[in-house]
Amino acid sequence: MKISARRVDTATILDVTGNIDMSNSPEVRKALLRELREKGVTRVALNLTAVAYIDSSGVASLVEGLKASRESGSRFVLFGLSDSAKEVLKISRLLKLFEVYDDETQAIAS
Amino acid sequence: MSSIAANQPRDMNKPSKLNRAFLLKLELRSHPNLLCVIRGALEPLMEMLGFSGEHNREIIRAVDEAVSNIMRHSYQSRPDQPIEIYCNRLERETSGETEKGVEILLFDCGPAVDTTKLPARPLDEIRPGGLGLHIIRGSMDTVEYKRAGRLNRLRLVKYARTSKGESGPKEETPL
Repeated sequence: MKISARRVDTATILDVTGNIDMSNSPEVRKALLRELREKGVTRVALNLTAVAYIDSSGVASLVEGLKASRESGSRFVLFGLSDSAKEVLKISRLLKLFEVYDDETQAIAS
Repeated sequence: MSSIAANQPRDMNKPSKLNRAFLLKLELRSHPNLLCVIRGALEPLMEMLGFSGEHNREIIRAVDEAVSNIMRHSYQSRPDQPIEIYCNRLERETSGETEKGVEILLFDCGPAVDTTKLPARPLDEIRPGGLGLHIIRGSMDTVEYKRAGRLNRLRLVKYARTSKGESGPKEETPL
């Protein structure tokens, strides 16, 4: 799994490549909290286009990112979710909590 | 790694009434980097057994979460402990029709699990963690834990269904 950050206007896009599971979800959590808490970015969009699978530890990292964004008054959005990623958020009853967009253009324009 | 389930009572070695030999057996260590290997092995097997699309993903998700729980809780994140996974074909008669399914057994050598301390957390709580068990229960038809001698055994069962618009099981190919 690889994760990298890039700037688009006032937002930070975090591009994730590979599956997110117990072996690497702390890296996702760390990257999200770095942007939202340490750097104080006002909008963070997580690009999951290249992520086929997310487990519950990955979902927990997303929830931590969401909580951090609420605490700091910033926005945290997701885009490019696979069917599997949508299903795990749905079964966890968390899908409606997140701002989810189909692609980067929508996520940035939101 | 010697087989940890080898010394089980006879009925443990014959998990289904069909008494068929398992279709697939995986022996692995409790290292999180091996989770992707398990997923990669199960996906084509479940497809072969007739689980497609969402049902295939549900099974893989349940097994992945179960193994993650073994690694994290039963073995306290020690990466060198043994885990065994057995997959078997199942059949059952319902309403005069034969349903085909899969039975997955997971064994580990960790301490006995106190099932009273394993409630899935309320889903209306927005906090990280505690979702794995809920995902397992929500994905499979049967989830059974049993302490078998010095082993933990988790039994997961799911049947392929055609009534939900999913593609049904393929014609069975003798293995």
